[in-house]
Amino acid sequence: MSLFKWLTGKRRHRAMAPALLVFGLFLIGGIYSIAAAPNNATASNAKSALIEEGKNIFARGCSSCHGLNAEGGSIAPSLIGVGAASVDFQVATGRMPMADMSQQAKRKKPVYTPEEIAALAAYVASLAPGPAIPTAEQLDYERNGNIAEGGELFRTNCAMCHNAAAQGGALTAGKYAPTLMGVEPVHIYEAMITGPQSMPVFGDRAITPEEKLSIIKWIKSVETEGNYAGASLGKVGPVTEGLLGWVLGIGSLIGIAIWLATKAR
Amino acid sequence: MITRREKIAGGVANFIDERTGAAKWVKKNLQKVFPDHWSFMLGEIALYSFIILLLSGTFLTFWFVPSQEELVYNGSYQPLNGIKMSAAYESTLNISFDVRGGLLMRQVHHWAALLFLAAMVAHLLRVFFTGAFRKPRELNWIFGVALLTLGIVEGFLGYSLPDDLLSGTGIRIAEAIIQALPVIGTYLAFFAFGGDFPGELFIPRIYTVHVLLLPGIFLALITVHLMLVWYQKHTQYPGAGRTEKNVVGYPLLPVYMAKAGGFFFIVFGVTVLLGAFASINPIWIFGPYTPTQISAGSQPDWYMGWLDGLVRMAPPLETHAFGYTISWNILIPGLIIPGIIFTGMALYPFIEAWATGDKREHHLLDRPRNAPTRTAIGAMSLTFMIVALINGGNDLIATHFGLSINQIMWGTRISIILLPPLAYIITKRVCLSLQRYDRELVLHGRETGRLVMLPHGEYIEVHEPISPEKAYLLTQHEQAPPLEAPSADANGVAPRGGIKSRIRTRLSKALLGEQIAKPTAEDVKALEGGHH
Amino acid sequence: MSNEIEPLADPGLPHHVHRKADTDPKAEKRAERQVSILFLLSTAGTLLFIYSFIFIPTDIFVFLPLLGKVNAHNLGIGAGLGFALFFIGAGAVHWAKTLMPDEEVIAQRHTMRSSDEDRASFVETVKAEAGKVQLGRRSMIKRTLGLALGLVGLSPIILLRDLGPLPEQRLLKTTWDKGVRIVTDPGNRPIKPEDLEVGAIAHVLPEIKDPEHRKLSDIGKDAAILIRVRPSELKLSAERMAWTHEGIIAFSKICSHMGCPVALYEQQTKHLLCPCHQSTFDVPTGAKVIFGPAARPLPQLSITVDSEGYLVAAAPFNEPVGPSFWERNI
Repeated sequence: MSLFKWLTGKRRHRAMAPALLVFGLFLIGGIYSIAAAPNNATASNAKSALIEEGKNIFARGCSSCHGLNAEGGSIAPSLIGVGAASVDFQVATGRMPMADMSQQAKRKKPVYTPEEIAALAAYVASLAPGPAIPTAEQLDYERNGNIAEGGELFRTNCAMCHNAAAQGGALTAGKYAPTLMGVEPVHIYEAMITGPQSMPVFGDRAITPEEKLSIIKWIKSVETEGNYAGASLGKVGPVTEGLLGWVLGIGSLIGIAIWLATKAR
Repeated sequence: MITRREKIAGGVANFIDERTGAAKWVKKNLQKVFPDHWSFMLGEIALYSFIILLLSGTFLTFWFVPSQEELVYNGSYQPLNGIKMSAAYESTLNISFDVRGGLLMRQVHHWAALLFLAAMVAHLLRVFFTGAFRKPRELNWIFGVALLTLGIVEGFLGYSLPDDLLSGTGIRIAEAIIQALPVIGTYLAFFAFGGDFPGELFIPRIYTVHVLLLPGIFLALITVHLMLVWYQKHTQYPGAGRTEKNVVGYPLLPVYMAKAGGFFFIVFGVTVLLGAFASINPIWIFGPYTPTQISAGSQPDWYMGWLDGLVRMAPPLETHAFGYTISWNILIPGLIIPGIIFTGMALYPFIEAWATGDKREHHLLDRPRNAPTRTAIGAMSLTFMIVALINGGNDLIATHFGLSINQIMWGTRISIILLPPLAYIITKRVCLSLQRYDRELVLHGRETGRLVMLPHGEYIEVHEPISPEKAYLLTQHEQAPPLEAPSADANGVAPRGGIKSRIRTRLSKALLGEQIAKPTAEDVKALEGGHH
Repeated sequence: MSNEIEPLADPGLPHHVHRKADTDPKAEKRAERQVSILFLLSTAGTLLFIYSFIFIPTDIFVFLPLLGKVNAHNLGIGAGLGFALFFIGAGAVHWAKTLMPDEEVIAQRHTMRSSDEDRASFVETVKAEAGKVQLGRRSMIKRTLGLALGLVGLSPIILLRDLGPLPEQRLLKTTWDKGVRIVTDPGNRPIKPEDLEVGAIAHVLPEIKDPEHRKLSDIGKDAAILIRVRPSELKLSAERMAWTHEGIIAFSKICSHMGCPVALYEQQTKHLLCPCHQSTFDVPTGAKVIFGPAARPLPQLSITVDSEGYLVAAAPFNEPVGPSFWERNI
């Protein structure tokens, strides 16, 4: 008897329906996995290797606060859905791993190498869709940004926390918006789209990607601009100016007055 | 033999004298004597700063456009090209980047303003702590307080003229203070601004006040202030050879002219050097003013920082009654407390004179330690202002030192109540200690640090007697007793004095009661016999 | 006390000590040279000023220690002019100190008070001349003069009437009204709820016909913010919840304290901080004041979406925006 005759003979067997179902699932799954697999088998291997490496680093360095599956907990938020951009921002600026939990996460020397950071980012990105790390093309602010427009956007959206000259400012209860001097353009971009810590989220429909580049271009121009009128005194305005006026101005004039009124030898 | 120079000078002098009869009074004034002490030059710094303000300010008016008309920038400063701004802001950018020397003059003008006010405060402190405000100089003191008050206003209006984001915020706050006044506030605000804030008329109006009205008033007040000093003659520090009836110093020609004139150039030079080396008010970084933008770390200039500090620490008190609102959280720190401080300051000479019953002229200054209560009151007021000033910069302090603005605010709220009385107590004690030290110096001489063993084995430190000039300096001050409450007369009838008399006696006791008795000639003679 | 007993005697002015330049001709010459050098330094300063003004281009920057990258032109003219002035003064002062006569001179003071004869004569003159006016008899003149002067004194006050319009309703109204679209600031783009992520803040203005020419006076009252939180995080009354849309809540941006823009939004604590005087508002409870001198919460704007899905105001503000004033009765 042929296999075909044997199968059709069994078609009314009560195990036939579930067996057919399981068979169908395997069939569809198998077709899908073959059809969706990238042409370059080595790339998919590399990517999953990266994610695997990221998972290992995560388990060693991040899971104690963020949970074994990045689900978060009482001391750290969930990282599911935060995207590669968040990871790149937090880890590449050294904010994470966070050393002192009592204070705001500070920018410091990164603990991980760029390769490790890429791995971590790939792993977190694999958990759920989220903002991606901007490419070099997306960060070409020299070509696509407008300084004046960037200044206008900065003053409306950013200066109230980061100060009109991007020198940083105070938030409540000891938190602060840091200075933007010396920050990589990629990290500025990532901060805007991910809204790290206290910073709100500035999505691409609220501030378009071109507008974000204008903002970055303006920040960079402030960074590289020379001082038109002498030492900048911190670019924070009347407080340092008043201090200097009293200490150096009145101080030196009083010193000269004492010299003036002292009898010569 | 008349030299050629003498001939020309003679010709000029003759020309003037024939028309004005000036020979006699010019001669008299060229011989006028001025005491020489560095602390007398603080007022000069203020005076010279004012002249520098006039000169640099006039330069700026040749390019500044006091108009809020909106236009689009198209000039040298790239980061603002294409941005909408007022003509006032645009003309300030023009002065800064397209007029050679314009930025320098802007800086000189602003630094001179900071020095003008700082010098006035330093001068006021010197006059207060040395008691120079006593009769016959009470009027001059009041003029001085007026100059300080108007100076604060003038400075605020001045840095608001460029219509930048930082100063525009300050104007918004000023408008809120005006608007908060009960009954008339909204009307005054609408009249001042020509309508809603910010309107289009405020900058042109304050321009007139800043370059015409207030400078005119300043010129008049400064002239009167100086004329009074000239006519009443300057006070002098006490010391050997100096009495209430003389002035010891140098004549106007040539010494005082050279020193005072030289000091003018020095003040001018220091101000220009500040303008060259230290950036002040870089308005291009702040951007033009619009009510939707603000910068973190916004402060007024230092001389208004204490006002800002008081407003920040005010409790959130507002009364809503019968359909009306009274904003105590604005009125108390913004108007009532400053009003009390400045009125108290202006009236202080009269309060002190009333409390001490002292109606005589005073031309010799007090050493601060010899007026411990007055010095303590001054220290107390200064502490209050400094705590307020510090709170005005609390957000910058927080960012710079990694602190919490909430904690700083609570700290200054508590400090401003606790620290001034503490400063009073400590200062008074220090003054009395210094008086004790002076007494010891006179009676026992200066400790030389040399130890000598006496024949019978005792070690003593050799004290060197101080010079007669120093001894005189340490003992020349008066120590009047406090006013006594009028006592009952012969029939035992208590006098009618009422509360005013009682307050007077209490104040007098506070001001004069506690003194360390200075040594007299008898005390010194008694010691002269073989005492170290 | 001590003033009843004899105080220490005044030993008189101390003996005059001569300066080196008074007695030693070499020291005198040296002092002269020093003064001259100071004046020459001043001329060097002026030359630096003139050179810098004319020859240094205004767009060159140089790096200097302590100062950083500074503009060369401003530094050149400033240092030049500053030293030029300074050394003239220093030279004059050094001249006065070392070479000009330094013997202290004593002048006498006179009591400010005039002599009794002068005072008596003053009183007599005033009484005599003023008495001739006989003001006491002329009560009608006195009264009408007082009336005339008093009345004319009113005229400058009246002349100032047109300084500005009366406030009337201006402080009570903004451009926001039912159906007015919410647009971004800057950019004037309308907004859909999908454009805002949870944790985002948007700065907005009401849509007007000519957005290129908004008046600052209108912006000063219309400025508003949209904040998006999760709807479950809002702790509002039912009435106020109806003013939000899918977790998007709108407030006036103008601080209820003194009018600065309130826009520091802390995403994690959901606090709004005003940078001027540190008033802190809690968004989930309707911008209630939790710290600082502000006495009232930020006015909330009722919002909804229109037929095309864009966010619009559902009603005007229910109270005046901005700082308080006398007539404010909510």
